[in-house]
Amino acid sequence: MKIGIDVGSTTIKCVVLDELNNIIYRSYERHFAMIVEKTVSAIRAAKERFNITEPVSLSISGSAGMGLAEWSGVPFVQEVYATKVAVNSRIPDTDVVIELGGEDAKILFLQGNLEVRMNGSCAGGTGAFADQMANLLDVTVDEMNDLAKDHDKIYTIASRCGVFAKTDVQPLLNQGARKSDIAASILYSIVNQTVTGLAQGHPITGKIVYLGGPLTFMSELRKSFDDTLKCEGICPEDSLYFVALGAALYSDAVIDLDEALEKMEKFKTKTANTFLPALFEDEKEYEAFKVRHAKDTVPVYKDYRSFADEAYLGIDAGSTTLKIVLTDKNGKIVYSKYSQNKGNPIDVIREFLLEVYETIPDMKIVSSAVTGYGEEMIKNALCIDNGVVETIAHFTAAKKFMPDVEFIIDIGGQDMKCFKIRNGAIDNIFLNEACSSGCGSFLQTFASSMGYEIEDFAEKGLFAKNPVDLGSRCTVFMNSSVKQAQKDGATVEDISAGLSISVIKNALYKVIRAHSPEELGKKIVVQGGTFYNNAVLRAFEQEMGVDVIRPDIAGLMGAYGAALYAQENSRGESTLLGADALKDFTYTVKAVTCNGCNNHCKLTINDFNGRKFVGGNQCELPVSQKVRDTSLDIYSYKLELLDSYKPKGGTRGRIGIPMGLNMYEMLPFWHAFFTSLGFEVVMSGFSNRETYLRGQGTIPSDTVCFPAKMLHGHIQKLIDDGIENIFYPCMTYNFDEKAGDNHYNCPVVAYYPEVIEANVPELSKVNYIMDYVGPHRAKDFPKKMHGIMCKYFSGINLRDVQKAADEAYREYDSYMSNIKKKGQEIIEKARSLNKKIIVLVGRPYHVDPEISHGIHKLITSLGLAVISEDCLPHPEQKFRVGVLNQWTYHSRLYSAAKYVCDENDMYVIQLVSFGCGVDAITTDEVRMILEHNNKLYTQIKIDEITNLGAVKIRVRSLLAAIEYEERRR
Amino acid sequence: MAKTSPHFPERVEFTKEMKKDYTILIPQMAPLHWNIMSPVFTANGFNVEILNFEGDEVVQTGLKYVHNDTCYPALLTTGQMIYALNSGKYDPHKVAMVIMQSGGGCRASNYIHLQRKALAKAGYGYVPIISANMSKMEKNSGFDVSISMILQLIAGMVYGDLVMLLSNQVRPYEINKGDTDRVIAKWTKILGNEFYENKRQGFKKIAKNLNAVAKDFAAIPIKIEKKIKVGVIGEIYVKYSPFGNNHLEEFLSKQDCEVMIPSLLGFILFKADVRIEDIKLYGGSLVKKYGVNALIKYLLKMEDMLIKAISAHPQFTAPEYFMKTKALTEGVIGYGNRMGEGWFLTAEMLELVKKGYENIVCAQPFGCLPCHVCGKGMINKVRRIDPRANIVAVEYDPGATKVNQENRIKLMLAVAKENILGSK
Repeated sequence: MKIGIDVGSTTIKCVVLDELNNIIYRSYERHFAMIVEKTVSAIRAAKERFNITEPVSLSISGSAGMGLAEWSGVPFVQEVYATKVAVNSRIPDTDVVIELGGEDAKILFLQGNLEVRMNGSCAGGTGAFADQMANLLDVTVDEMNDLAKDHDKIYTIASRCGVFAKTDVQPLLNQGARKSDIAASILYSIVNQTVTGLAQGHPITGKIVYLGGPLTFMSELRKSFDDTLKCEGICPEDSLYFVALGAALYSDAVIDLDEALEKMEKFKTKTANTFLPALFEDEKEYEAFKVRHAKDTVPVYKDYRSFADEAYLGIDAGSTTLKIVLTDKNGKIVYSKYSQNKGNPIDVIREFLLEVYETIPDMKIVSSAVTGYGEEMIKNALCIDNGVVETIAHFTAAKKFMPDVEFIIDIGGQDMKCFKIRNGAIDNIFLNEACSSGCGSFLQTFASSMGYEIEDFAEKGLFAKNPVDLGSRCTVFMNSSVKQAQKDGATVEDISAGLSISVIKNALYKVIRAHSPEELGKKIVVQGGTFYNNAVLRAFEQEMGVDVIRPDIAGLMGAYGAALYAQENSRGESTLLGADALKDFTYTVKAVTCNGCNNHCKLTINDFNGRKFVGGNQCELPVSQKVRDTSLDIYSYKLELLDSYKPKGGTRGRIGIPMGLNMYEMLPFWHAFFTSLGFEVVMSGFSNRETYLRGQGTIPSDTVCFPAKMLHGHIQKLIDDGIENIFYPCMTYNFDEKAGDNHYNCPVVAYYPEVIEANVPELSKVNYIMDYVGPHRAKDFPKKMHGIMCKYFSGINLRDVQKAADEAYREYDSYMSNIKKKGQEIIEKARSLNKKIIVLVGRPYHVDPEISHGIHKLITSLGLAVISEDCLPHPEQKFRVGVLNQWTYHSRLYSAAKYVCDENDMYVIQLVSFGCGVDAITTDEVRMILEHNNKLYTQIKIDEITNLGAVKIRVRSLLAAIEYEERRR
Repeated sequence: MAKTSPHFPERVEFTKEMKKDYTILIPQMAPLHWNIMSPVFTANGFNVEILNFEGDEVVQTGLKYVHNDTCYPALLTTGQMIYALNSGKYDPHKVAMVIMQSGGGCRASNYIHLQRKALAKAGYGYVPIISANMSKMEKNSGFDVSISMILQLIAGMVYGDLVMLLSNQVRPYEINKGDTDRVIAKWTKILGNEFYENKRQGFKKIAKNLNAVAKDFAAIPIKIEKKIKVGVIGEIYVKYSPFGNNHLEEFLSKQDCEVMIPSLLGFILFKADVRIEDIKLYGGSLVKKYGVNALIKYLLKMEDMLIKAISAHPQFTAPEYFMKTKALTEGVIGYGNRMGEGWFLTAEMLELVKKGYENIVCAQPFGCLPCHVCGKGMINKVRRIDPRANIVAVEYDPGATKVNQENRIKLMLAVAKENILGSK
C-alpha cells in the first residue's frame, strides 16, 4: 500500500494505492491554511479506513507541504516532478501536460528531455484568479463556466496577472458588456497567461493532458485551450489527484505512520518568519483607540422620511461597490446607501431613487453629481447634473472633517488613491498601479479563501501576538508570502494581522513610496471601506506614527464629496430623471467593434430610452462621427511620419524591419540606408493586439517590459509575410546628443535582438541580421557596416555603403528636426488658442498605439495639446542631475523636465512601461527636477493593460490642480 | 544648483584628512573573498570594516530609502549602509562607504547615485561614498590606491577564488566534518597576515601560495560519492552574496549537492575584455587601451597560475581558461553584449555544462535588465546547444519568498536526480 499527499496552496489531496498501483482511496479538502491539522487528519483518515498498522510507503508533495515533510522525516517530492511521475505511469505517450492549480500554472514538456515550466514570481495564480473574477461577476466559478458557453465575442483582457485583468473587467462591466462575453474573455485570458508565461518558445503540440482543479471543473476553459492550441486535449480521470498519485508512486521509503503523525503534530513555526509588533497590546489600548475614532462623525437625520427641503445627491460608482448619499444644505446626511454594484450600477441607482422618491416625498433634489469608474455612463443614463473626478470628490469630503488636511488616503475594494494637498490644491496623486492593489478585495478574497467572513477575519488580527511580515508587494507576492507563513505554521490571527499591515506597507512604500511619515504631513484623513477595518486603521497609525482621522462615513466619502460638489456647483434646478421617467426607464446594451480606424475599439452602445451612449471608445469618432483633430498631437504626427517610410522597390530583394523599441526612432535611418543600397525596405507595421498574440509563445522572460515582448510579434509577422531578410541590429550605444555623461541604450533595447535570435525558432527560415552596429561613430560606421553587409550579401562595395550611410544620417537628422519643428508649431498654436500643453514624455516606442493605448488621444480629447520630450531642446549647458545621466533616451527626459520648469503653460506627464528598470531611476529624478521648481508631476504606468480609467483620473486631477493654481494666481 | 539638497546631493569627497581616522565600510558581497582581501586595505593605511548586517530589518531599511523597483542588490547594499549608520556602532561623522561601480549601460552604474540620495534622505548626506571603478569615473584624494595595492587586491581575489572553488569541491565529501572550514580559516589568516605585513605578492610568491592552498585542500580525507553537481551563476551580487540569494549555497548543500560557483576573476576579465571588443566592433584606437591590455595580460597570467595550482590535483575540476570560455559563446551571443554580466553569463552556463555541472541555478534580481537577455533569454539556446543543461532561473527580491525559490530549485534537482539515477 502506498500513500501520497499533495499539499497545495488551497487544498489537500490524498490518495492510497494498492499493490498494483490502482487508486483505492482518494480525498480532497480545502485546508484553510491549517496545513498541519488537515494533513494529519487526511493521513489519519486513510490510516483508519484501511486499518494500517504496519509501516507503509508515504510521500508528501506540494509546496505548502515542504516544511512539514522535512520536519517529520517524510520524503518530499517536488510537485511538478510528481505530476511527471504520475503521467508517465498513467498516460505514457503524453507530449505536454498543462496543470493549473489554486495559484500555480505549470507546463511539462515530456518528449525528449524533460522540460518543466512553472509560473514565475510575478504571474498570478490561476485558480485564485478564476475565483476572483467570478466574484467580480457576482457568480460562482461554475456559473461563470456556463455563462462562457453562450458568448459571441471576446474582449481583450490583460493576461499577465489577476490584478491587471480586474482592471480590464471592471470597465467592461461598467460599460454594460454582456456577462457571458466577459466570462469567456476571462477564460481566454487564462489561456493566454499560461501560454505567454510558460511556453517560452516551446511549441505546445501533440498529445496534451489537462490537470488540476480549474481545468477539471471548467469545461469551457478546456475548450478555450483547445481553440487556442488548435488541439484536443484530454482531461483524465483523477485529474485532480495526479500530484498525490505521483507522490504515492514515487515513495520508496517505508514510514511508520504513528511516528510520523506524532512528529507532524509537533510541527511548530520555526524562525523562518519575521514578526512584527502586535497591533494592540491589550483590550484597554483597543478601547482607547475606538473612543478616539468615535469622534469623527457626520450628523445624520434620524427621521429622514419627513425631510422636506432641498437636497443634494452624490453618487460614487466604484469598481465593485456603489455609494449614494443625499445631503441637506448644511452637509447633514439625509439618507445614504452602500451596496455592491452587482456589475450593474444603473439598476441599483434607479431602485434607490425610486425608493427615496417614494419614502421621502417632500424632498427636492436640486443638484446631483457622480464620480468613480461608472461616472460617464451613469451621468448619461440618469441625466445627472455634474461629473466630478474622484480625487476632487474625496478632497471635498475630507475638507469637511479637516479643513487644513495635508494628506488623504483612500483604500477601497479595488483601488487605492492617495494624494497630497499643497496650497489648497491636489498636488501629488498616487494610484495603485496595476500591479499592487493589495486592497480591500484582497483581504476579502483571502478571508473567504480561509473560510472566514471579512469582519471576523479582521477581528482575529486585532490581538495577534506575532503578526507575520508578509512583505509589501503585489497581491500575488503576498499570496506566496502567506503560503510561506502557512508552511511555517503561522496562526490565522498572525496572518490576518500581517495582511492588514501589508496592505498599509504596500500603500506607503509601494504606491506612495514614502520614506518617512513627515513627508506626508501630520494632518491625515483616511477613507474608503477598507479603513472600517480597525486592524488596517491601526496598522496605518502605527506605521505612520501619527493619529489620523477616520470619518464614520469612511466608505461613503466619495459619494459625500460628490454631494457637496453638487451643492457647490448647483444650478438651482436638477436635470436628474424624476420618478415618472425612472419608472419607464429601460436600456439596452449592444457590443460592436468600431471600424473607424486601426484601433478597432470594442464599443458598447447603450440605449437609454432612445438616448445613446457609447462606451469603450478611444476617440470621438463613434460618438460624433467627427474625425479627430490631430493638429495639436505630436504622437499622431510621429505615427504619420513613420508611416510614410514605405517600401520603395529595389533590386536586391526585401529587407524587413520590426517596428519595435528603438526602431521607432531608427527607422528613418535604416530605411534610407537600405533603400540607398537597393533593398526594398518593408516594415512590420504598428502594433495591435494581433501582433502581440502572434509572438507571445516565444517570450522567454515574462517580467520583461511590454514593448520588448511586442517585438516577438513583429518578427513573427515578417517571417509569416515571407520577408527573406530581417534586420534588427544590437546597439549598445545610441547617438551622443551631448546632454549626459554617456549615451547608452538600456540593456533591453540594446540587446533584444539577441533574445529574438535565441528564442524564435522560425528565424532559421530567414536571413536574420543582428550584428552589433555603432552609428554613434559616424566616421567608423561605413567601414564597419560594410564588413557586416559583406557577411550576408555579395557585391556591395564600400563606396555604396558610404553613400548609403550619408543618406541615412541625413534622413535621421531630417526626421528628428521635423519632430522638433512640429513640436514648435504645436506649442505656438496651443498658445494662440490658449490651451495648456502636456509634455508626454517617455520613449520613442511609446508612440506605438498598442503600447500607449491611445493615451495621447485621451489627453487631447480633454482640450490639451500634446508634445513629447524630443520636441524640446537640450539645455545649452549641461546641468547637474542626481543620477548618472548615461542613457540617450533618458537624458531627454531630464532635459525636458528642466525646460518645462520655466514654462508656465507646460506640464509633464511621464509614461512608464511596467517592468522598466531604468525608469525606477528616471521617474524619481524627473519628479525631483520638477518639484524642486514647484511644478506638478504626473506619472502613468502602462502595460498590456487597456483601461484608461486610471489615466483619466490622473489627467483630470492634474487639470483640476492647474485650474486651482490659476485661480489663485 | 550649487547648494546641497537631498534631491541633488553634492558628492562628498573622501579626503586625505579623512583617511587618517575614518572607517571605510564595505557592504558584504563574496564573504570568502572579502575576508581575504580586506587586510590589503589595512596594510595601505585604510581602516576598513565589512558590513555583514543581514535580515529583514536591513531589507526594510533598503525598501524605505530606495525606489522599490530598483534592483535588489542596490536595495540590499543601501539597506546595509543606512542600517549600519543607524546602528550606533559607528560614529556617522567618522565613516565612509565604498562600492564597486562597473560603469556600463546597466542600472548598476547608478547604485552610487541612488545611495547618495538615500543617505541624504536619511540624514547622512555628509558621509562620503567612494566609487571603486575601472573607468576613472570619480576621484577621491583620500582614496589613493596605488598600483601595488591594486595588484595586492587582485592577488587577494585570486586567493579567494581558489579557496571558494576548492572548498566547494571538498566540503561535501569530507570525512571529518569541519576539515574544509579549518583549511579556509587557516589560509584566510596566513594570507591576511602576509597582506598586513605588506609582503610583495610577486608571481613567484603567488604561485607558491596557490599551490600550498591547493595542496592543503587536496590533503583533506574524503569519501567518494556521487552527488548532484550544481553550478550557480547569475547577476554578480546575488550570485555570490548569501544575503542576496537567501543562502543558496547553504540550501544546496543541505540538499546534498556539490556546488560550483565560478570565479570572480573571470568576471573581472570579462569587464576588461569588453572594452577591447567595443573598439573592434565600432572603431577607435586600440593603442589608447594600453592600460586595459596590460591589465588583461596580468589577469591572464594570474588565471594561468590559478588553474595550474588546481590542475595539479586531478581530483579537482579547474576553471576553464577565460579565452576558451569566451570561444564557447562564438556564434551564441555577441561579444558586444557588455552590460551587466553580458555574454559572460551565457558563457558560464556553457562552461559549467561542459565541466559536468549541468544543473544550474541562474540567480538574478527580479527584473534585472541584462539578465532578461543573457540569463533567462539564453536558456533555450543553451539547451539547444547542449541538451544536458538543466537550468532554473530564480529571481530574488524583497517580495519573493524563500519557499517559492526553493520549490523551483527542488524541481531542477528532481530532474537532476533522474538524470543520474535514470527515470522512475
